[in-house]
Amino acid sequence: MLLTVKDLFVNYGNVEALHGINLEVDEGEIVAILGANGAGKSTTLMTISGLVSPKKGKIFYKDIEISKLQGHEVVKYGIAQVPEGRRVFATLTVQENLNLGAFIIRDKDKIQKTLEWIFELFPRMKERREQLAGTLSGGEQQMLAIARGLMANPRILLLDEPSLGLAPILVKSIFETIRQINESGVTVLLVEQNARAALKLADRGYVMEVGKIVLEDRSEKLLKNPEVSKAYLGG
Amino acid sequence: MEFFFEQLINGLAVGGIYALIALGYTMVYGVMRLINFAHGDLFTIGSYLGMTILATYAVTAYLGPFVGVLVLIVMVMALVGIIGVILERVAYRPVRQADRLSAVVSALGASIFFSNLVMLIWGPRFRVYPEDILPRITLNILGLDVPLLRILVLVTSLILMGILYFFVQKTRTGTAIRAVAIDHGAARLMGINVNRIISMVFLIGPALGGAAGVMVGLYYGQVNFTMGWSYGLKAFIAAVLGGIGNIPGAMLGGLLLGVIEAMGAAFISTAWKDGIAFIILILILIFRPTGLLGERVADKV
Repeated sequence: MLLTVKDLFVNYGNVEALHGINLEVDEGEIVAILGANGAGKSTTLMTISGLVSPKKGKIFYKDIEISKLQGHEVVKYGIAQVPEGRRVFATLTVQENLNLGAFIIRDKDKIQKTLEWIFELFPRMKERREQLAGTLSGGEQQMLAIARGLMANPRILLLDEPSLGLAPILVKSIFETIRQINESGVTVLLVEQNARAALKLADRGYVMEVGKIVLEDRSEKLLKNPEVSKAYLGG
Repeated sequence: MEFFFEQLINGLAVGGIYALIALGYTMVYGVMRLINFAHGDLFTIGSYLGMTILATYAVTAYLGPFVGVLVLIVMVMALVGIIGVILERVAYRPVRQADRLSAVVSALGASIFFSNLVMLIWGPRFRVYPEDILPRITLNILGLDVPLLRILVLVTSLILMGILYFFVQKTRTGTAIRAVAIDHGAARLMGINVNRIISMVFLIGPALGGAAGVMVGLYYGQVNFTMGWSYGLKAFIAAVLGGIGNIPGAMLGGLLLGVIEAMGAAFISTAWKDGIAFIILILILIFRPTGLLGERVADKV
């Protein structure tokens, strides 16, 4: 397993946000976490990235325990996150945002190679590299956020609601890009409210409800599951 | 007309000092959304440290007046920078997760602590800087009478600002400082150690304030333990004028405030000098609360 989350409990103040999460992501997979608002999906990703500390439980990258690391250290293990709401650095240029994505990488040639790949993946970013990130459209900002995450050369990319607030046609193209990224060898853990699109893309899925995982299965089975269908796929 | 240009240079020299202090306010506000009320007192400490080191005549005896003063400024910058880093560790880091009022109270406490510390060490009376360190000559440039010291103050502050601007805009660490100013969480996801960046800001800001302290001492020849209050307030106005959190804004605001004050003193009345600064602050807060260069790009969500 590339990423293992074992019996994870997280508190926000006195409120328990996660009650014992278990999940696994294997090398090369696309795994989706589905669930309603407040189910704890983003908290799970933030805890994996080290921005939220667990109260109990462990997170492993391969065999290395990463749950005790500080937020800025986790990305060095090859786990990059594209956070919810994109959170691009609005008053910096596109190029500066990409440079920051590669903050942990010292090898200039490697950065340059990744940058070329990113400009192939998102030609729009190349055109706009001198533009301030805050002046990009929502879809372009999402592309930039993904591109910024990829600049760290991650083994696993954590994607939090990449389709949020985007027009259907853009959602399609973002999901297509995620498939391409995965095909290039990056494992993907995806959090989505757009369950149907996510399950079509993913190999496996987990369903979360109020801080717990209630269901896990292959994507095609989840798509056919009547309960999932009723709750998350609109009947 | 000559009088006007002489006052302009005078204003720019004082404005350069305001700008250096203002940078400390604005950088700390940028990364922590906190007004470091102790910043003016760090400037005072810089001024007194400069006086004490100069009084031994050791630096200037070995290195000559110009190189000596330059080395002195660098020494004071290092010392005050270290004090700034310790201040953040002791007074601000423990309350960073607490509500904002705790940090404000902590900052006010630090300010009172430092100004009293200066009073206890160096006494409550005005102290004079060692005289004749730099030759008190007046140059004639294009028909204008300009004291050499004024030129040196202006040039030194412009150089320091230039270095800072290059550092923040062009280097990897500088970009990380700007990223932390925008979004701590996203910066951490990039692998940026936010604590280290905040420490660095508390090294750079007070260091620049310390340099300003030495220059004020050399320029006016006397220092007092309360001087940080008035200079700090002026520099804070300069930072708000330029747009708090914005580094070029603090530079512009400082220089502008210095020039406006000098012009006001020359053409209206010297008694109104401080009044003019506060009128500007009020006008800015009413008509352009974000300052001259504040927040040009809205965050699209």
